[in-house]
Amino acid sequence: MAVVFQKPKALTDAPLHYCPGCTHGIIHRLVAEAIDELGIEGKTVGVAPVGCSVMAYDYFACDMVEAAHGRAPAVATGLKRALPENIIFTYQGDGDLASIGMAETVHAATRNENITVIFVNNAIYGMTGGQMAPTSLPGQVTQTSPYGRDTATVGFPIRVSEMLSTLDGPEFIQRVAVNNVKNINAAKKAIKKAFQNQVEGKGFSLVEVVSTCPTNWGLTPQKALEWVEEKMIPYYPLGVYKDRSANKEEK
Amino acid sequence: MAEKVLMKGNEAIAEAAIRAGCMHYFGYPITPQTEIAAYMAKRMPKIGGVFLQAESEIAAINMVYGVAGTGFRVMTSSSSPGISLKGEGISYLAGADLPALIVNVQRGGPGLGGIQPSQSDYFQATRGLGHGDFHLIVMAPASVQEMADMTAKCFDLSDKYRVPAMILADGTLGQMMEPVVLPEPTEYKPDKPWAVTGTNCERKHNIINSLYLKPEELEKTNFERFERYKAIEENEPLWEEFMMDDAEICVAAFGIAARVSKNAIMAAREKGIKVGMIRPITLWPFPKKPFKAAADKCKAFISVELSMGQMIEDVQLATECKVPVTLCNRAGGMIPSPEEVLEAIERAAGGNK
Amino acid sequence: MAKVIFDADLCKGCGLCVDACPKGILQIAKDKINKKGHSPAEMTDESKCIGCAFCATMCPDCVITVER
Repeated sequence: MAVVFQKPKALTDAPLHYCPGCTHGIIHRLVAEAIDELGIEGKTVGVAPVGCSVMAYDYFACDMVEAAHGRAPAVATGLKRALPENIIFTYQGDGDLASIGMAETVHAATRNENITVIFVNNAIYGMTGGQMAPTSLPGQVTQTSPYGRDTATVGFPIRVSEMLSTLDGPEFIQRVAVNNVKNINAAKKAIKKAFQNQVEGKGFSLVEVVSTCPTNWGLTPQKALEWVEEKMIPYYPLGVYKDRSANKEEK
Repeated sequence: MAEKVLMKGNEAIAEAAIRAGCMHYFGYPITPQTEIAAYMAKRMPKIGGVFLQAESEIAAINMVYGVAGTGFRVMTSSSSPGISLKGEGISYLAGADLPALIVNVQRGGPGLGGIQPSQSDYFQATRGLGHGDFHLIVMAPASVQEMADMTAKCFDLSDKYRVPAMILADGTLGQMMEPVVLPEPTEYKPDKPWAVTGTNCERKHNIINSLYLKPEELEKTNFERFERYKAIEENEPLWEEFMMDDAEICVAAFGIAARVSKNAIMAAREKGIKVGMIRPITLWPFPKKPFKAAADKCKAFISVELSMGQMIEDVQLATECKVPVTLCNRAGGMIPSPEEVLEAIERAAGGNK
Repeated sequence: MAKVIFDADLCKGCGLCVDACPKGILQIAKDKINKKGHSPAEMTDESKCIGCAFCATMCPDCVITVER
């Protein structure tokens, strides 16, 4: 018998601190699998955000940097400019990337900074206990929108992939989900491509991963996966929003 | 001997940084320091370095944080309002023990303030440039030559102690042209085992980080860092003494205020007033020793500042309030004239003569 | 013939693997508690396992190794 599935080498042995059923763990694994398969662990430097995945620096076996809240793309820019031969990725949540760090995100994208960005969208601030995120859905009840997100007073969720794809800069933008095996397999391909693009020098590649937060959504892990399918994906349609190289090949 | 060239203070900092092996610069436009960015924009692409105009001061300091993590020499520059924005990132640099150079070519404040020279960021630089317990090494040049020399010195000290360093200049020094002998170019090859450069799958991963959720661990990092600060306070204070041998009145001034004060002191000496000056060159660590010694023989101190009086507190602390310390100041972008300083000296000497 | 190995002490008992298994041969243990205090996932009938690794794919904690 041969091993057909095991923990990737690019993850350390540290047990993940995430809540039971939180899909951060799946996304960590997909990132590590991409690093393993491309054989780039030794030259990869990851950037952890502020948020639930703040301690990602303990989980990835490559060199890691912990950035200030929202600043990961700027930190990654510094790393990549200093180490152009290395592979630099950021791993960021929705509050980090789409609220406090929106400027850093947009400008790294428009510079086509040759980095890989893993953007975990679970429509809530998890670490601080479930506050409204820039991606919380209309009507979504959170600690800071206790009567449901009222778009008349706090505006609408931000569709990051759609917005960034309007820029000329970025190379690759895809939205995926990790709510079932089929979607996870697609997510894996997208994440690997986002790293492969960097290896090939193609530029800014962002994968938005629609994820869960069972604890702060107040759902079981199973119900949380259903909520992704029924509520999140209709608002955040999956797909490739930008793939400059593919478009070039077609033309 | 190396050739003298005529340069603006801001340009001297930029060229000296390159000669100290700093190949990475990140900044955001703000008056009156923009010549540094402009110089870097011109030079860096020619020598294989990195110049990047960031989307904000916040982004710029975080790009600095990224490069600093790799071990390479890196700098940013700004002016007062921009430095406030960098405060977050500077705290992270300090918390992660990363060396870097931050240049503040000060302008008047608070708020948007003005664009004329000031020294009103003294507190910010020496006390509270961001949240948490930390210090920066802060050097205050008083000439274009010093701007060049201190740049190299700041990089060296910052690397030696793993403490970020700041040059606290002002708009006058930044814009002023003077002959300067530039330091010889050096190539900087980082040798920092803690840096993130890729594990090559040969070592355990390095982590650049300032998060410690266990308070006893966080306390330990603070204690360890303050041991280094203590060593800096013991080993690195720099100052200049001017006509202090027989001085009965001591002027305390740094940067452009010290230059003005020198003229006033010479004028006062002509009038027979025994006055001298201690010019702090490092603002942190503050040169306490010469002030303490002077407090035993001088009857009065005058702190000359381009602010509402900030360094005066350090002078009072260093002299242990043994003698009165008065303030001679202008603010908001105004510079005290030599006549104003002379008047203050005369007052301290016992009334106008 | 396939084999599924659980690193039971890493398991948080979320049950995502149980739902993912097309053969319905996984369950959350009713009478066991691991080091972390969770009831871990376990195999009920290995003879029916086809080694599809759906369980491992859904597992957020890298608990599962699959051999085939």
